[in-house]
Amino acid sequence: MRTILFIVRKEFLQIFRHKVMLPLIFLMPIIQLVILAHAADFEVKNINLYIVDNDMSQASQQLIGKFRACRNFNIVGHSFSSRVAYDEIQRGNADLFLEIPPHFQRDLLRKNKGSLQLSINAINGVQAGLANAYANAIIQDFNSQIRMEWASLAARPALPGLSVTFSNWFNPEMNYKTFMVPGILVLLVTLIGMFLSGMNIVKEKEIGTIEQINVTPIRKYQFIIGKLLPFWIIALVELSIGLFVGWLIFDIPVVGSLWLVFGFAAIYLLVVLGLGLLVSTITETQQQAMFISWFFLIIFILMSGLFTPIESMPPWAQSITRFNPVAYFVEVMRMVLLKGSNLMDIRHHVIVMLTAALAVNVLAVMNYRKTN
Amino acid sequence: MTPAITADKLTKKFGDFTAVNQITFEVKKGEIFGFLGANGAGKTTAMRMLNGLSRPTAGQAEVAGFNVYRQAEKIKRHIGYMSQKFSLYEDLTVRENIRFYGGIYGLPGREIRRQEKELTASLGMEGYSNTLVKAIPLGWKQKLSFSIAIMHRPEIVFLDEPTGGVDPITRRQFWEMIYKAASEGMTVFVTTHYMDEAEYCGRVSIMVDGHIAALDTPRALKEQFGAESMNDVFLQLTRPNQ
Repeated sequence: MRTILFIVRKEFLQIFRHKVMLPLIFLMPIIQLVILAHAADFEVKNINLYIVDNDMSQASQQLIGKFRACRNFNIVGHSFSSRVAYDEIQRGNADLFLEIPPHFQRDLLRKNKGSLQLSINAINGVQAGLANAYANAIIQDFNSQIRMEWASLAARPALPGLSVTFSNWFNPEMNYKTFMVPGILVLLVTLIGMFLSGMNIVKEKEIGTIEQINVTPIRKYQFIIGKLLPFWIIALVELSIGLFVGWLIFDIPVVGSLWLVFGFAAIYLLVVLGLGLLVSTITETQQQAMFISWFFLIIFILMSGLFTPIESMPPWAQSITRFNPVAYFVEVMRMVLLKGSNLMDIRHHVIVMLTAALAVNVLAVMNYRKTN
Repeated sequence: MTPAITADKLTKKFGDFTAVNQITFEVKKGEIFGFLGANGAGKTTAMRMLNGLSRPTAGQAEVAGFNVYRQAEKIKRHIGYMSQKFSLYEDLTVRENIRFYGGIYGLPGREIRRQEKELTASLGMEGYSNTLVKAIPLGWKQKLSFSIAIMHRPEIVFLDEPTGGVDPITRRQFWEMIYKAASEGMTVFVTTHYMDEAEYCGRVSIMVDGHIAALDTPRALKEQFGAESMNDVFLQLTRPNQ
């Protein structure tokens, strides 16, 4: 126990001695949180719409007016030629164009139907899908409106129809920041934890002090715990600061128990730090450790469900995410902070994390050899 | 009296390369044993097998009465080691280094503080306790390393080229420290490639390409090879054709 304290003290002395480290550890993640939370917004705004109106009727103007009123669309130009509109998409000035054919209004009135064409640049699939959905919603709206108007004109009874209404639970305003910030916090804590711990033992290997440690009667578990503890504390402090900033700037709700968040974070960090240590036991230089850590982090982050929902991944990818600690913590953060889940709701996550923490750290201790 | 170190056909191979080839020797308690050899002759590898950092490929060895295969961690309680690579933390102060190493060897706090005072006084570094190690001259660093390596009063201390790169005066002072430790009963196992230092040792072994080519007191070796100095002995062994 006393031996562990000596190592912990030494690690803290070294961390706080380096003038670069403090801002790196505490300031940078906060800056990242503030920037990323604004950038990682999936709502598509400012879609550039080009109009080809070959009808120039009351109906077509009414439809265009609806697009103009929608804040997601910017109308960037008009033309009578779909060729011109197509060129505008080619040049990148427009994201999609709406073509209203001649006799649109006449067909609507006489034949009771009309056709419209939407051409969307689908290089960015997500944006194209959303633009399509928004445009369709507007057209639907237009459709039911003219039905109402013209139906009453003709004194016909309104057609029966089903209408679906939505209510968004747990994030009623559909605020992306509320959804993203808890997840981004997970990433920042993970980055700090994995890199700091991963670099640490390797650094001692590089400068040769590890030899001096290995020749002492120190026990392996003492050494590993002494190395883990400082970064575990730092990462938890970091999480507190991040949550505070999230609450202060982004108004992140804390519906569930903060104790639960920190309790889970404490276990989660054991996994991340253990992984870092494991990396540092199998590498010889900081460069190698950095490379391997990045390799895993990229996979962990992209498959964490932070940016893309895990449910929409193919089954094989979904089974990989079962081994991704980041995915568990992102989910727990969202569940507890936004939905108010309790320990019973996240018990599965807790059990998985505890098992992983045990496995990773046992492996790290076994892999660390005092005698080669 | 049981010897401090015994090695019997101790061997270390890295793949096809035999770094240490069946070396056999004994080091008596309280002796200053010089381990000589050119760079790459296998000195460091041999030393690392004895202090428990490296597992031998074959052969037997006992250090302080413990087996190097089965009791490596027990050996570590009874030895001190000063590696060739500089072994103090450069970003910690002199005092912090002393406290850290004292701490992990399990010395009581009172003892650590006492040694810290004594040690800085004997090295003439009283004013430098709060100086970062990277800011003190190499000679001081080496002497400090040695003092820290023997803080826990080990039975045997292993020194791997402790005087590499330091000036003659500091080397002289360093050897005075070694003599003092030996006079207190500590066994000193020291590698070097300075042949004048070989003369200070009780006995020396000379390693050539992984095996021990000669082992005796400096005086006997000089007689045996009809040489003026240890330098001549060394040259005759390492370049027999010239």
